[in-house]
Amino acid sequence: MNDAPLLSVRGLTLDIPTSGGTLHAVRGIDFDLNRGETLCIVGESGSGKSLTSLALMGLLAPKIRRKAVRMTFDGTDLQKASRRQLRQLRGDRMSMIFQEPMTSLNPAYTIGDQLAETLLLHKRVSRTQARARAVELLEKVGITAAESRLSQYPHQLSGGLRQRVMIAMALMCEPELIIADEPTTALDVTIQAQILRLLVDLQREMNMALILITHDLGVVARVADKVAVMYAGELIETGPASAIFRNPAHPYTRGLINCIPVPGRNERGARLGTIPGIVPSLVGEVTGCPFRGRCDQRVAICDTAAPLRRLPDGHEFRCVHPDGHRHEEVTA
Amino acid sequence: MLRFILRRLGLALLVALTVSFISFSLLFLSGDPAIAIAGESANAEDVAAIRALYGFDRPMMVQYGDWLWHALQFDFGVSYYFRLPVADLISERLSVTMTLGVCGIVFALLTAVPLGVIAAIRPNSLIDRIALFLSVAGQAMPSFWFGLILIVIFAIQLRILPASGADTWQHFIMPTIVLGYYAMPAIMRLTRAGMLEVLSADYIRTARAKGASEGRVLFKHALRNAIIPVVSLAAVQMGFMLGGSIVVESVFALHGAGYLAWESIGRNDLPTVQALILVFALFYIVFTFLADVLNAWLDPRMRSA
Repeated sequence: MNDAPLLSVRGLTLDIPTSGGTLHAVRGIDFDLNRGETLCIVGESGSGKSLTSLALMGLLAPKIRRKAVRMTFDGTDLQKASRRQLRQLRGDRMSMIFQEPMTSLNPAYTIGDQLAETLLLHKRVSRTQARARAVELLEKVGITAAESRLSQYPHQLSGGLRQRVMIAMALMCEPELIIADEPTTALDVTIQAQILRLLVDLQREMNMALILITHDLGVVARVADKVAVMYAGELIETGPASAIFRNPAHPYTRGLINCIPVPGRNERGARLGTIPGIVPSLVGEVTGCPFRGRCDQRVAICDTAAPLRRLPDGHEFRCVHPDGHRHEEVTA
Repeated sequence: MLRFILRRLGLALLVALTVSFISFSLLFLSGDPAIAIAGESANAEDVAAIRALYGFDRPMMVQYGDWLWHALQFDFGVSYYFRLPVADLISERLSVTMTLGVCGIVFALLTAVPLGVIAAIRPNSLIDRIALFLSVAGQAMPSFWFGLILIVIFAIQLRILPASGADTWQHFIMPTIVLGYYAMPAIMRLTRAGMLEVLSADYIRTARAKGASEGRVLFKHALRNAIIPVVSLAAVQMGFMLGGSIVVESVFALHGAGYLAWESIGRNDLPTVQALILVFALFYIVFTFLADVLNAWLDPRMRSA
């Protein structure tokens, strides 16, 4: 095993042409992911998390323009790779679990066919072997009577079961990287925790790298090795999970963490933390710090600059204040 | 699946029985059949004799039972006009109509489905625009006119196809194109709309995420789902082609069942009309049934419906 990161992204930019001008959905993000590591990307809806994951998989809609300084998966340049090379990576070495379990399975084919397909596309195995592997993985994701599920159709399964099937499908070829885009958002709260636990347990057991996209910071605190906080198409803070939770530097990250209710810290019936305001429009030229409109630490220079700062504990953030706090005298 | 087929079959039989009763009642809806047969100059005794001869003096339900019993054995009585058994008359004409109908729908499907798929893969491309133009033209152009144009070009100018008759397979080429082209626009537009919708579905993204090739995504994952409404439409079109190909049959002098129905209505030849209505309706029922079964095979969710 080498020391180079499994996935390395530098300066990833995604532009969407719209009738009102170009929407700069993702603006120059950088991150690395090592084998077996868990990276959680957190952020509000519309911050560009899902688009980033689709860009990594090469599944963006054709009209979205992708640019990057570097985008490599285990040494393979994902920008220069042929369609065929990308197809061979997808499903085999990198796979994805989507937000919408109810609609992500093809209604016309049985669970067994759809699970087996992933293996048959990438490995030289017989149908019998592929079905045996499907049963094995259905059992692994906690589905009972796995053998009999193979001949069932998606409409005969609940949302939670379908998401388990999707996870099993993503694991069929033992990928090195799994991207899970809000895998529990569409599920009942009671099922959410189960599915997440399952995903993380399997990831550890099979030593896969995991990119978990979520807006649930409680989840992040429990599973992440690294955290990337995304806001309006930028990674405004990245670093080891422990450092970020101990010492959140960016005002936005601090705001997010304050929104998590903690038993004992928050009184019963007390208002939870909120971040007032909305995400700025990303159509047209975007300058300065995108968070300044909602930031309580705002100063004049925020309109033009948001420099990258490195902290000694190994984490980085983008803010004009060296430690994320405004220090000049505040007049009362 | 078997339960679904049996249930649909039961329903189809019920519909067929209802239709048979309706087509039988036509005899009585159009006035006293005995007077119609006897003609305008007949006196009361002649009419009474005819009434007794044909059994019109019996109760209606008895007559229906009698007619149905014979119809089940392909005995539809004797044509008032031709004085020949209706069954013989129809079976001869029906083979022409069936050949034309099957060729027409196959032609329509073979052109419309690929065009619809290509148009959906590249919406607003040149091919999409050409396909749109073809379908608008097909919808707007009257069949008889298109048929005549083809005759002028291929039979009169180029002399490569026969203009009329039903003797060889060449006789069926132009009628097939005219009839098929009439059904093509709707099938093509429905295929295009279905593919466009399905291609943006989440499970198509899943298929791509698995590493499936574009061809596999299109034909295995997308088309199977997009084609479902097309199957139902094609069944209806097929039924329509069998009964409604009168125009095409007239232009190309193909004496098929549609033409016979039209003639028989004009001649007040009720046994023939009755039998044709029943046969056309049965074809509709059979095609709808087959389409339902095919759709249930394509889409497992329909099997419980």
